[in-house]
Amino acid sequence: MSLRLDGVGLVYSNGYRAVNGVSISIGAGERVAIIGPSGAGKSTLLRLIATAQRPATGAIEVLGAAPWILGRGALRKLRSRIGMVHQAPPIPPRQRVVTAVLAGRVGQWPMWKGLASLAYPVDVAGAQSVLARMEITDKLFERCDRLSGGQLQRVGVARVLYQQPDLMLADEPVSAVDPALSDRVISELNREAVARRITLVASLHAVDLALHWFPRIIGLRAGEVEFDLPPVRVTDAMLRELYASEATVPTQGDQPLAVEAAGIRRKPMCS
Amino acid sequence: MRPMHWAVIAALASAVWASFAYLSLDLGHLLTTEAQALMWNYVVSFFPPDLSGEYLVQIGQGTLETIAISAVGTALAAVFGMLLALPASGRYGTVARAVARLVLNFLRSIPELVWAALMVIAAGLGPFAGTLALAWHTTGVIGRLFAETLENAPAEPVQALQLSGCRPSLAFLYGTMPNVLPQFVAYSLYRWEINIRMAAILGVVGAGGLGQMLYFSLSLFHQQQAMTVILAMLVLVVLVDTASAWLRRAMTGG
Amino acid sequence: MSAAAAVWGPRDPSALPRAALTVLIIALLWPGFRLAEFDLAVLFDPRNRDTVGKFIGTFFPLATSADFLQLLLKSTLETLAIATAGMVIAMLVGCPLALFVTRSLSISRIGPGRGYILGRVLRLPARFALMLFRSIPEIVWALLFVRAVGLGPAAGLLAIGVAYGGMLGKVYSEILESGDVRPTTALLETGSGRFVAFFYGMWPAALPELVSYTVYRWECAVRASVIMGFVGAGGLGQQMELSMRMLNGGEVSTILLIFLLLVVLADTLSALLRKLTA
Repeated sequence: MSLRLDGVGLVYSNGYRAVNGVSISIGAGERVAIIGPSGAGKSTLLRLIATAQRPATGAIEVLGAAPWILGRGALRKLRSRIGMVHQAPPIPPRQRVVTAVLAGRVGQWPMWKGLASLAYPVDVAGAQSVLARMEITDKLFERCDRLSGGQLQRVGVARVLYQQPDLMLADEPVSAVDPALSDRVISELNREAVARRITLVASLHAVDLALHWFPRIIGLRAGEVEFDLPPVRVTDAMLRELYASEATVPTQGDQPLAVEAAGIRRKPMCS
Repeated sequence: MRPMHWAVIAALASAVWASFAYLSLDLGHLLTTEAQALMWNYVVSFFPPDLSGEYLVQIGQGTLETIAISAVGTALAAVFGMLLALPASGRYGTVARAVARLVLNFLRSIPELVWAALMVIAAGLGPFAGTLALAWHTTGVIGRLFAETLENAPAEPVQALQLSGCRPSLAFLYGTMPNVLPQFVAYSLYRWEINIRMAAILGVVGAGGLGQMLYFSLSLFHQQQAMTVILAMLVLVVLVDTASAWLRRAMTGG
Repeated sequence: MSAAAAVWGPRDPSALPRAALTVLIIALLWPGFRLAEFDLAVLFDPRNRDTVGKFIGTFFPLATSADFLQLLLKSTLETLAIATAGMVIAMLVGCPLALFVTRSLSISRIGPGRGYILGRVLRLPARFALMLFRSIPEIVWALLFVRAVGLGPAAGLLAIGVAYGGMLGKVYSEILESGDVRPTTALLETGSGRFVAFFYGMWPAALPELVSYTVYRWECAVRASVIMGFVGAGGLGQQMELSMRMLNGGEVSTILLIFLLLVVLADTLSALLRKLTA
């Protein structure tokens, strides 16, 4: 068992109930997409799994350990096995792409290696190979503030690929990437998970992407699990119900960066 | 004009009157022909400046010493300022923050020249005292600014790194440093520029450099040599101004 | 080559410039340390350490004898008086020069008369004087005046007068030139003199900025007059120099404290003045 949440809840200090009594278990090597309207608690749920946030109620178990009873060193070790793709890549603007990617493994390196890499990047070849999978090899020595939003988000994904975690989390990893590349990025994440038989949990805005790539879909609404099914059993009615608060069920076509001219825009699924 | 203005003007006028009265200077004395003749002789005694090769070599050495004092003092201050900025930015809790800020404020509030006078007692006459003096004061100035920069740096990169198991120290180097380093470098260079000017005069209390040469030559009534030192100071200041203006243009232009 | 590239990946293009910069900085700083006679051992030299230790040991308690406090009050007032009176002298030096070098107040500028060339030629030495006055640091002026008029507040007063006169002159003329020149030009064109043009054309608009800068300079003058005391120009600084020479720590720390309070006071007062006159 890679991940188990048991009645997990979190209430923010302003009284907002972000996650409410969520119980799910995810086995090793499973690939799960979390969908739901904005404000449903997708990001909070991922942050709880990533051990960024301590749950107020319930129990959580990640990679066979209860993170919040671990000592500092053990927690750090556990965290180095969890890789998180953030929605807004948390990379200092002036950092170079190669350093930003190598930073993925700094948590696993001994101190001296982390320091040495600041003087000269210790694994240029490794960084280059993950960037190749994201199709941005040419930006290897570029500064991150010279990249577009989509390129930067792919650097964020490349960092996590380079980290080689045992549990891969992704919080809307393609929100700034155009549809053609979104597909590529999500497929790379899935390929990595399959190849290394690791668990992948991703929250996605575009429902079509989720249904296409993930064998298990969790619908989240108002902090509670609405459904937890394989994609074939997710019906249009369920989706309409899930996104009742929004005008339509979001798909890739809704994304602001959609490139229509490229002719790869997908047909909205539920219209 | 509002009555308030008149009140302020009246207060200022009486403050000025009181100042002159308190000093009870005989400024009229300075205007007598006798005093003016003495003054004129004093001024004339500075000319022509001593431009003999031997003295110019000494001036060159003094200038180099001045630049060395400022460079080493600023470099030390950049290192110490960074070290003190870490606790002062609140990384190690509020107590450490308050203590570090107190130390920085103390270092900064005491002017360079007072530090120099104190350091001459601690380290003896010479450039080392000047270097330490500049280092102390500049540490306070730089440290405070560094601390503010650190506090304003975005927290997300560090949090993300720690979430992937990074040690806090490495998370700082990978997540915060790239954000703040350019500002650190730019501000340290700017302080260096100020410190070159300061190093030129610190010597008047015995802390080395051109200032000490000026002090010696005036004490020995070698006015012509003093004039040379003053000219060297002026040239140094003009050169530093020109260089920094050029650098600034080159950096913002490129 | 290609085998190496496969194993190591491409070479970091900025590695060489970075290394070169590091080497350059070290190569420049290294002789700097020697020129600055950097030697930490001096600080820990036993004899030296003894003196310094004793000196620092006497920093507390503060010196609070009535005699000494009275002396301090006198020096503090003297410092404030030097700063205030010095600013008056600085204005006497700076204002005429500022009016003289301000181009928009030039009468000869508006008509191609004979005065045009002469005006420009005469303005040059005035500009040069302003530059000279402000480029020589006030403490050097103080050192020179102490030699000319003797130890005491007169030297400090003159040093502030000259050094700050140069600064005021330059900044005043900058403020005047940055303002709207049309009223002044109109007055000059209708035959007004320089002073009339100044008082009616520029004064009203420029006044707040002029006052604010002068007040700010006064604040600096308070600090400067303390510092100048170290070369014998009177006030609190001279007292501090004496106490240091006697290695009387208690007096030194008391004076430092007073100095810090004085700076805060000058800060507050100048902020208040600027608010009242704004």
